[in-house]
Amino acid sequence: MILAVAAIAILVTIALALARAFMGPTLYDRILAVNMVGTKTVLLIAVLAVLSGRTEIIDIALIYALINFIGVVAVLKLVEHGNFYASGEED
Amino acid sequence: MIDTLIDITLLAFLVFTAVAIIRMRNLFVIIMLFSLYSLFSAGLFAVMDAADVAFTEAAVGAGISTVLMLGTLALTKNHEEKPPSHLARLPLLVVLVTGGALVYGTYDIPSFGDPASPAQTHVGPYYIQHGKEDTSAPNIVTAVLASYRGYDTLGEVTVIFTAGIGVMLLIGGRLMRKQKRKDQR
Repeated sequence: MILAVAAIAILVTIALALARAFMGPTLYDRILAVNMVGTKTVLLIAVLAVLSGRTEIIDIALIYALINFIGVVAVLKLVEHGNFYASGEED
Repeated sequence: MIDTLIDITLLAFLVFTAVAIIRMRNLFVIIMLFSLYSLFSAGLFAVMDAADVAFTEAAVGAGISTVLMLGTLALTKNHEEKPPSHLARLPLLVVLVTGGALVYGTYDIPSFGDPASPAQTHVGPYYIQHGKEDTSAPNIVTAVLASYRGYDTLGEVTVIFTAGIGVMLLIGGRLMRKQKRKDQR
């Protein structure tokens, strides 16, 4: 029961973050919203795994956490340098 | 019950994201929304118990392809060209005719879950009966994707690898030369 409530609460949070991603006046609002949705997806899948007893999908939640991190780092690097091959120390 | 609710909500999120992508004009934002779309569909796959598809979608759809699209964006401009003012009639006609032919074609496909269809009578029963002992994978989808179809997947990976080498030779070499020339100056 409590898990179902948690799942619904996570869905509501995703909806709010999604609204921010659609409206978000600046780029950083949107990046943050995407990161937020990614984190909530990790939580949702973890809750779902416990709820349905299919514990092997916890692995997917772990993959999401990693992908989310790499994705946001890549996005921020692009925003800062305008390309991927700048090393970061120069200029 | 809760599975159905999550399914419906995630599908609704997919629709919202797709509509938002169509309405956006900033390519950077569109890429961010693409990654969201991919995350949602991967979540849906996870809810539907298709662990491998969810894995692939998360790693390739949300991870690699977002980074690749951002890399492409770094080499191009951030905004779309102005849409053409006149209605493209001939392409619209071609699309409608092709779509109609495809829909017409679906009438010959056996209906969903039809026990008499070739997919259910030919190799399916073998996988269901022997999948566990042949591959010792708990999920039949995993057994088919990773083991029975292993050669197919190997072929796909070879094709993608070759395509990647081709792209690197065509584009990467030139970029590196440009960088070297800049360094010499």
